[in-house]
Amino acid sequence: MIAQSLQVGAHLPALQVVVPLLAAPVCALIQRPRVAWATALAVSVLALLMSSALLERTLVAGPISYALGGWAAPWGIEYRVDTVNAFVLLIVSLISTLVLPFARDSVEQEVRADRIGLFYTAWMLCLTGLLGIAITGDAFNVFVFLEISSLSSYVLISLGSERRALVAAFRYLVMGTVGATFILIGVGLLYTMTGTLNMMDLAERIGAVEDTRAVKVAFVFLTVGIAIKMALFPLHAWLPNAYTYAPSAVTAFLAGSATKVAVYVWLRFFFTVFGADYAIESMSMMLLMLPLALSGIVIASLVAVFQNDAKRLLAYSSVAQIGYMALGIGLFSTTGLTAAIVHLFNHAIIKTVLFMALGCILLRTGSVRIASLAGIGRRMPWTMAAFVFGAMSLVGVPLTVGFISKWYLLLAALEFGWWPVAALVVATSLLAAVYCGRVVEAAYFRDPQPGSIQAHAREAPLTMLVPVWILIAANIYLGIDTDLTVDVARRAAVILIGAVP
Amino acid sequence: MRHHIIVRVSTRILVAFILLFALYVQFHGDFGPGGGFQAGVIFGAGCILYGLVFGVDALRVVIPDAIVRSIAALGVLLFAGVGVVAILAGGNFLDYSVLGQTPTAGQHLGIILIELGVGMTVASVVILLYYAFTNR
Amino acid sequence: MSLLSEIFAYFNYWVVVILIMLGMYVVMANPNLVKKVIGLNIFQTAVFIFYISMGEIEGGTAPILDDAFTRYANPLPHVLILTAIVVGVATTALALALAVRIYRAYESVEEDEIDAEDARAEVQE
Repeated sequence: MIAQSLQVGAHLPALQVVVPLLAAPVCALIQRPRVAWATALAVSVLALLMSSALLERTLVAGPISYALGGWAAPWGIEYRVDTVNAFVLLIVSLISTLVLPFARDSVEQEVRADRIGLFYTAWMLCLTGLLGIAITGDAFNVFVFLEISSLSSYVLISLGSERRALVAAFRYLVMGTVGATFILIGVGLLYTMTGTLNMMDLAERIGAVEDTRAVKVAFVFLTVGIAIKMALFPLHAWLPNAYTYAPSAVTAFLAGSATKVAVYVWLRFFFTVFGADYAIESMSMMLLMLPLALSGIVIASLVAVFQNDAKRLLAYSSVAQIGYMALGIGLFSTTGLTAAIVHLFNHAIIKTVLFMALGCILLRTGSVRIASLAGIGRRMPWTMAAFVFGAMSLVGVPLTVGFISKWYLLLAALEFGWWPVAALVVATSLLAAVYCGRVVEAAYFRDPQPGSIQAHAREAPLTMLVPVWILIAANIYLGIDTDLTVDVARRAAVILIGAVP
Repeated sequence: MRHHIIVRVSTRILVAFILLFALYVQFHGDFGPGGGFQAGVIFGAGCILYGLVFGVDALRVVIPDAIVRSIAALGVLLFAGVGVVAILAGGNFLDYSVLGQTPTAGQHLGIILIELGVGMTVASVVILLYYAFTNR
Repeated sequence: MSLLSEIFAYFNYWVVVILIMLGMYVVMANPNLVKKVIGLNIFQTAVFIFYISMGEIEGGTAPILDDAFTRYANPLPHVLILTAIVVGVATTALALALAVRIYRAYESVEEDEIDAEDARAEVQE
């Protein structure tokens, strides 16, 4: 029996991806909405257990390497798990597991009944793709999984109830495909120069050819391609509409996972494959990333203030938050990276809970325009209270996770003595207070129109409230006890920086 | 297409050979150029040719939507299933060597099954795409 | 003369660059959604050509083992690009399916008309 369990443990890296992959055709075969949903949820829980086991293992015993098909690296495809990607795996599977219970009612209302079976098929494929991107140690494999997750997320977005969801999905598809193809070009150029696709092998061999024009061009293509996928300002144009018109559950899932995984890919290519020195010295990435990150934070926050749709408001806020992560990465220091990785996790749990709260309101009233949120705080007290806590975390009020990320970001900026950057981080946090405040103000301090749906809305069902409050609890608990997230993030940052020869 | 006697007659003859060729490409894939992708597309193209000439409804009688959809899902299941069987047999995921008596026999069996899964999925997805676009 | 020979020495890359720019231009400049998909296809095909041409080895033959040959083309880029082609087909199919549904919802596949329609709906709300 012990031998049996050990054997399963050794195959965890493969099973992490294969189990959701197997669930996808099963969901397609079942077609019955509730059964497909239950399958997806069960598999998602399983994926969460596996990723926690993997993270624990990497913390104790260091990186795990798994040779797919028994073909040893660098010839075969290698799945390589270290603390960095084990953490990302945990984020993705955690978000999926918490959003799925919420998804049942929300999806049944927003998606046509005969499409729900396929909805969960696409969900499982998206989960497979995101987990695959995080786990693989092969540069081309990243592209394949990226396209699996992207194609299924286009499908998920297009299933939104408004017709504008279709246009949003189409535009995301065009930009996403251009981004993915840029990554493909970058990987191809790296292959012509080094003759290998394995990331560890690439890292070793790239030093000999790093001054050639081809490698520089590869770096540029990869940077732009991944920046599109992670919606870094000014390549974020696809994100606001995609998040606004997608079904609520999809928005919550993608906001917490898809852009985060893209940030991870960036970390992987910058630090592990090219090395931080190369990115800073040869390619002057600091000069590029800091202005982009800062202008993204300021402009997207300002735009968010003027939105009339709460979902779109949060979408612009996501663009700003990605700017914070880019800022942390762009500082190229251990503290900066720690801040970026902590914020990766923290923003995932903050933004997911905010979108889930809006999903609850959408379920009961059918609209999340700020004007129609009037008085909803009294009709749906638990939902709005969760939104308020989430908003506080987004702003960075102490004792929430948002504070932790901002704190480390400030520390990183001050390490360089960059007071203006630090001041900007604080100032934009106040902007976050302004745009979240608009929603809160409408919900608590305005009266609903008599006789409207809002005036008679009931509280959201427990299946939706429980996951929301689990996330709120996590927001507060991890804001007080930072050992778990910050420690793991710092170890991950040391691994990434330490990968520099 | 009812009056195009030449097209109708030649299609009737051709379809059989196209499908046969698809099966050849499928099962000869482990000796020479070929494999599931190509075979699946050829098979799907043969079916689409039939549908173009005799009408999509005639094709639907032969292979209904629900069946094509199930075959597409089963193909993926077969592919991933072979990988999982390899784990159960003591190898790594998709390590076919452990599937047979000798590693060579195992590799042989594994690649045939995997390619069969690929072929099933590709052929049915190609047909499904045709169905989806002719529905409009 | 030397410039010309320089160009011809890398002619596959020139083809790729021109096709990529053509495809990108169509994607960005054309308001018709179906034509955007066509542009996207040209763009992707250029990348396929890039991969396939980099597997070429002078004097190499098709990579099928045979005693008569000793030099083979590198099959790995070809295998990689087979995967990318499948991804490309899937993307095209999905994009066209979306275009069909957009046409049914808006009765147009012109981006400017769709935006105008959306703006009208926004005002009515």
